Amino acid sequence: MAVRVQTADFDLTTELAQLRANTPKVGAVVTFLGTVRDLNEGEHVAEMELEHYPGMTEKSLDDIVNQAKARWDIFDALVIHRVGPLKPLDQIVLVAVTSAHRGEAFDACEFIIDYLKTEAPFWKKEQTPAGARWVDARVSDDEAMAKWAPVS
Amino acid sequence: MQIHLKFFASLREAVGTSGETLTLPAEIRSAGDVRALLHSRGGVWAEALAEGKSLRIACNQQMVDASAMLSDGCELAFFPPVTGG
Repeated sequence: MAVRVQTADFDLTTELAQLRANTPKVGAVVTFLGTVRDLNEGEHVAEMELEHYPGMTEKSLDDIVNQAKARWDIFDALVIHRVGPLKPLDQIVLVAVTSAHRGEAFDACEFIIDYLKTEAPFWKKEQTPAGARWVDARVSDDEAMAKWAPVS
Repeated sequence: MQIHLKFFASLREAVGTSGETLTLPAEIRSAGDVRALLHSRGGVWAEALAEGKSLRIACNQQMVDASAMLSDGCELAFFPPVTGG
């Protein structure tokens, strides 16, 4: 398991090859790749800046991955999140999960990105023609996380 | 008791600092007490920490609610709802 917060870009092929290297029991790799859009809330986005809380961010991502591992029968998970200045088309976040069969990996991958969106301390600031603005949290993200509530 | 405050994102910009070390009066014991203490500074603090403002609180890098009790030397962070991913 690995979580990384970095300014540098990442290469999907390299990361996935490393994640499943020497692990022939892996039969499924599910990935989520988040990228920068050029439009948000009706405004053109020229650039964005990703801020985070060093230390807490890594702990939070570790915790989310550990919850996924406790909940589903997965082998490994990788989370990479970029910080600093980013432009439309740039890769922002990668979540990759390996398991024997696809079902567990699909669920765990979606769980990790849903929790990351509402729990991990990252903040986006966009540059638009109307000036710079901090992105507001979305209710739809809270709803996405809520669907994973433990069954009692 | 002394604590280390941290502010992030729009809150950091609004109060004009990313953090400070603060010695607390004896009656200030919870995260919510600190929020009220900072709010009482007035000006940008009163505005940024106003009751209607949705803020998250982390104590020693774990999300907590306003009732969380503080300990000497702890790191207390205030920030807006997160928007990563």
